[in-house]
Amino acid sequence: MQIVDVKEKWINRINTVTIGATRAEGGTRARTVTVGGETTLPLLTFEGEIPNPPVVAGLVVDVVPPDWPDALKKAIGPEINSPTEWAQKAVKQFGADLICLKLLGPDPLGKNLPADHAAKTVKALLEAVDVPLIIWGCGDLEKDNVVLPEVSQAARGENCLIGPATEKNYRTLAAIGKADKHKLIGEAPVDINIAKQINILLQDAGFDIKDVVMCQVTAALGYGFDYVYTIFERVRIAGLKGDKHMALPQIANVGWETWKVKEAIADEDVLPGWDRLDKRGPRWEATTAGGYIQAGADILTLAHPESIAITKQTISELMKGDQ
Amino acid sequence: MALTAMSIYKNLPKTNCKDCGFPTCMAFAMQVAAKQKELTACPHLSEQAKGEFSEASAPPMKLVRVGGAGAEGFEIGQETVMFRHEEKFHHAPAIAVKIAAALSDGDAAARLDAINKAQWVRVGQQLGVRAAALELDGLPADKAAARAKALAASSRVPFILMAKDAGVMGAAVGAIAGKRPLIYQASATNADAFIKLALGHKCPLAITADSLESLADLAKTAKDRGVSDLVLSLDAKNPAKTLRQLAIARRAALKKSFRALGFPAMVDASLDNPARETVMASAFAAKYAGIVIVNGLEASELLPILTTIQNVYTDPQVPNIVETKLYEIGSTTPDSPVLFTTNFSLTYFCVAGEVERSKIPAFICVVDSGGLGVLNAYAGDKISPEKVVKTLEAQKVPDRVKHRRLIIPGLLPSFRSEIEETSVWKQVLIGPENASGIPAFLKQHGKQ
Repeated sequence: MQIVDVKEKWINRINTVTIGATRAEGGTRARTVTVGGETTLPLLTFEGEIPNPPVVAGLVVDVVPPDWPDALKKAIGPEINSPTEWAQKAVKQFGADLICLKLLGPDPLGKNLPADHAAKTVKALLEAVDVPLIIWGCGDLEKDNVVLPEVSQAARGENCLIGPATEKNYRTLAAIGKADKHKLIGEAPVDINIAKQINILLQDAGFDIKDVVMCQVTAALGYGFDYVYTIFERVRIAGLKGDKHMALPQIANVGWETWKVKEAIADEDVLPGWDRLDKRGPRWEATTAGGYIQAGADILTLAHPESIAITKQTISELMKGDQ
Repeated sequence: MALTAMSIYKNLPKTNCKDCGFPTCMAFAMQVAAKQKELTACPHLSEQAKGEFSEASAPPMKLVRVGGAGAEGFEIGQETVMFRHEEKFHHAPAIAVKIAAALSDGDAAARLDAINKAQWVRVGQQLGVRAAALELDGLPADKAAARAKALAASSRVPFILMAKDAGVMGAAVGAIAGKRPLIYQASATNADAFIKLALGHKCPLAITADSLESLADLAKTAKDRGVSDLVLSLDAKNPAKTLRQLAIARRAALKKSFRALGFPAMVDASLDNPARETVMASAFAAKYAGIVIVNGLEASELLPILTTIQNVYTDPQVPNIVETKLYEIGSTTPDSPVLFTTNFSLTYFCVAGEVERSKIPAFICVVDSGGLGVLNAYAGDKISPEKVVKTLEAQKVPDRVKHRRLIIPGLLPSFRSEIEETSVWKQVLIGPENASGIPAFLKQHGKQ
């Protein structure tokens, strides 16, 4: 029998955002990465199009995070001690589409490295790899306000994706994004209203929100994943229904958040009966990523080579047509 | 079509007899209108009213029970929304693990034993495998029956009996019919015999077809012949297509009251690669399968899937909170350290679990943050140094310990100076940002 027509009529397209600039465009990247442009919900290609599949950003941290388990460090290899070698390996061996550099070094509660150190790291990374770059501040907004402008200048013209721009530091970020021609990550603390508010604030500060990617402070599976998953869905639905301040691509910082939670860092001695950590960790990361892809994520940061591989495969399978 | 509570009420006996489990006929009518109850739950309905309303008042997606009553079985279906924020998801999907036909009796029993044991506690909730999918094709009928019977006798979970051959299926179902296994699965080639089996043994039936259109036809055929406990079964050869079919079937049922697809769904997601199986099974569980069949039995595979279900099926309308009080972990003394955290249950369980892991007895003062985690509570003004101090006093913590050291969440470093300046807590220690850092922190700072 004929199935009743269930198609929804979405009236808006999600913005497309391109990261990276080739030589012709004033940068030095060999290729760019474009996300967004959807006119339907994830997977539902019978009522709209998904022109750009989600992409995987290989997570690289400027200093090795002290809490990371040995199983993860071993999987990444000795290159983990050099951001440039790590980034090269992430692109060439792990298959990352682009690189996300997390600047943990400047964190005042950690090594408290100066801004010029971060700028040097960014410059070195841009020379070491030719894929587009995401640059993520340490999260201490006062320090980020000092570090990110220098970093931005060091990467001038490369059309990086830089963040986080929050309610408290959006003016600085809007200024550097405009001055050095970068895209921005707008970040809200698991709150859909603030998520929209950030975009309005950035717009009011003169930054075009067509150059913004939204972040909801990613939660790892089991740690508020339900809240963030639902915000991803609500943002995407609002964007497709015509809310211009919600029609933005979304990023999930899965790698950074996953490797903090017990299920990804504690081995069997701590969690008896929970199986070996070297298997459990990457599966936790890849499952978190898979969940966000279903909810509307366009960019996923991932650290473990195995979860990068699995997620890339998941994306290619989920982008298939019905044949 | 939607019925109003009033139009349903008019056709009820209006005796408020409570036999339906609700205090009044009106209360019952409202539940039926909200599609949370079937009209047939009223035992005194006139035949005329039954005919008139049963079809229109039935929930748009059937509730199907697999296995026996109570904890011996599970229910799936009767979902009401496409997205959890629209209301909530009602019946969490069951993960079923396969037992291959080629296994020896001993190996099959060992695998069932592992399925029985596949249970974990996570943030205070029991998670686990909830069905065994017993493959029977290739076994002679008498062997299939004997295996089903032997395994069912020692099983914690209900069975999904998997066979194409009606003779094999008939023997196996007959052996354990009282346990209400799910008959898997009727297709174009065996539908007639399988529908008869489901009818004769009063068991739920999985149905499959090569398109949603044919599946709707088969559902209608089965229903017309009296089998209405149906599960729509899809394979996962093309996961993208399967996820679309799941979405279309659910939309058709919920948004268009398309009865022929108004049943819960299931997916055989079994793959040889455990990591890929983990991700895909989680995807099907999130949207929108009621049963997901897998091969994997490793905790590292099942836990991400089960945690996905735990998260997605959390009721978004109910704040997950623990009681606001002083919790004592281990055998505390007046020298034990004092920590505070919020009443968001996830936050509390993380902190409590890590304190337990440290093996250092400690007091945890839970502060009412309106069910928010530390950062959100801070951002939303739900927690303040003043509130923390007042809560410590209300819980008489200063009387319980001799010292005046307080460990505060690492995400709230700014609380230190105000608490030290305005309260008896003169030594405030900034704890780790993540609960996972608590054991190391307590070992260093907990004892003094």
